Amino acid sequence: MTATAQKTADERLVETSALRKLLGRPELGSVVGAVAVFAFFVVFADSFLRASSLATVLYAASTLGIMAVPVALLMIGGEFDLSAGVLVTSSALISSMFSYQMTANVWVGVGVSLLATLAIGVFNGVMLTRTQLPSFIITLGTFLMLTGMNLGFTKLISGTVSTKKISDMEGFAGAHDLFASTLTLGDVDFKVTILWWFGLVAVATWILLRTRAGNWIFACGGNKEAARAVGVPVTATKIGLYMGVGLGAWIAGQHLLFSFDTVQSGEGVGNELIYIIAAVIGGCLITGGYGSAVGSAVGALIFGMTSKGIVYAEWDPDWFKFFLGAMLLLATLLNHWVRKRAEASK
Amino acid sequence: MSTAKTPAPDPGEPQPLVELDDVSKFYGNIRALEGVSLEVHAGEISCVLGDNGAGKSTLIKIISGLHRHDAGTLRIEGEDTSLSSPREALDRGIATVYQDLAVVPLMPVWRNFFLGSEPTRGKGPLKRLDVARMRETTRTELLRMGIDLRDVDQPIGTLSGGERQCVAIARAVYFGAKVLVLDEPTAALGVKQSGVVLKYVAAARDAGLGVVLITHNPHHAYLVGDRFVLLKRGAMTGSHLRADISLDELTRQMAGGNELEDLRHELERAPVPTHLGGHPAKPAQETENTGE
Repeated sequence: MTATAQKTADERLVETSALRKLLGRPELGSVVGAVAVFAFFVVFADSFLRASSLATVLYAASTLGIMAVPVALLMIGGEFDLSAGVLVTSSALISSMFSYQMTANVWVGVGVSLLATLAIGVFNGVMLTRTQLPSFIITLGTFLMLTGMNLGFTKLISGTVSTKKISDMEGFAGAHDLFASTLTLGDVDFKVTILWWFGLVAVATWILLRTRAGNWIFACGGNKEAARAVGVPVTATKIGLYMGVGLGAWIAGQHLLFSFDTVQSGEGVGNELIYIIAAVIGGCLITGGYGSAVGSAVGALIFGMTSKGIVYAEWDPDWFKFFLGAMLLLATLLNHWVRKRAEASK
Repeated sequence: MSTAKTPAPDPGEPQPLVELDDVSKFYGNIRALEGVSLEVHAGEISCVLGDNGAGKSTLIKIISGLHRHDAGTLRIEGEDTSLSSPREALDRGIATVYQDLAVVPLMPVWRNFFLGSEPTRGKGPLKRLDVARMRETTRTELLRMGIDLRDVDQPIGTLSGGERQCVAIARAVYFGAKVLVLDEPTAALGVKQSGVVLKYVAAARDAGLGVVLITHNPHHAYLVGDRFVLLKRGAMTGSHLRADISLDELTRQMAGGNELEDLRHELERAPVPTHLGGHPAKPAQETENTGE
């Protein structure tokens, strides 16, 4: 009896499955958008289709995408992190100044920076879960404090608004290789951040879809009370997500440091919104519980294509923000519409 | 899978799975619950009846580990205890199905089914969800309860309210709960769906579980209940075995006797005012007559 019942269930499954599965993917809207943006710039910017241009687009997408991945995970888990942008700068500043002041091997600074960014993640997470205040408020506070500390400590220690050069210090070459090297394939130069980005997307996708932690992330964002009631460690999951943002900020920050050698202490303000935009364009539901890491990558790619495409089309780059805003609205509407359709088809 | 505790050899009253004795809970100076006693036995359904604000939710929170009680004793299988978290309650075999927060709507049915107790395979960084087993188990467990889903991958939010309750009940039974606490499982449902849910409640009872059924509907409670506890404004106003009480009496006590009479007077049809198109004399006359 069970067998027959299962058979009929399977038959019905086959009828609707393919289309519905496609429509049910969170990143569908963003993929459609990415194809449209790509086609647009292929038509309007002659040099856009060159391999070197595409490598540049990927590089722009990767520096953003490295942060968009943990920010997307956090959003799926139901929270924001407005401190993510300046945290990248903090990561670079801590690494640079620690090595320089202690005249230590730069790897020491790199390690200290990792501990510091993770600790800031823990701080955000613990404050959030202890106080039960909205993450918007908590991380807005962290954002302002970090912005002030970046400027204040840099001036206190270096005497100027930027850090000293550390390129002649021990270990710099190795760290540069890891975080900021260029790989040549054929005659095209690819930045190593692209690999970091792809790696993070792969790991995050694995975590989201194939581990218990992933199940918990979706549950925390989708219905926190239900998750807690069935025994999901909501507090630990949220703290872990903020530590993930810390990890992303560490990678992005070290790239910043080892590709430019010095760090401007005022950088990073405003980037937190761009990470959030990439995640939302990629299909993450702003209220949590829905989205994907791949989607955030597509969102970052749209960002990269738009920012560089405007340059290749030789338009005034001032128009970039306008395009980004229009893209955000269109993608969100498309995602909304697709999700409605997907649910109605059931 | 889920086996009831072996009945005590004592031929009299077997030991209850969960027993509340004179339990109270205060929020600041507000008395949420005072002096409530309740027994939950294997293979029986204990109903907790009360109106809004009677303290039903507080009672659930104490049994399911969301809140600690402030006075009285909570015994689980005869042992004095105080639950500190829902996880602890689950580990001791008490599963709670909440009316509105039973599931995560956007997650697929199979992920919801195993949420918080996901099976894994592999080791170290390759430790991963056993997805095939999770899907298959969800499908077969739901079939066993008579729910035939065409796709366990659909978001659980697309199921009907009754189906969602049933998934949550099937889940608790599968994970070996000894005590199932149901928070108003029929409150938001139509007549037919309520019937379906009550059928699964009875199925869980027949599987040997002790069931706590929280409801404000005496008709639903009387259909399946073995014991009835009535709450009113945080206090226990009655505790009955099924043999000792009739449905009419239960309904009367639940509705609060005199209060119902008062309500009837309040709801009596008033004459429609003339400026709204009412017919002045005659309907008023009739209403008065029926009122007397």
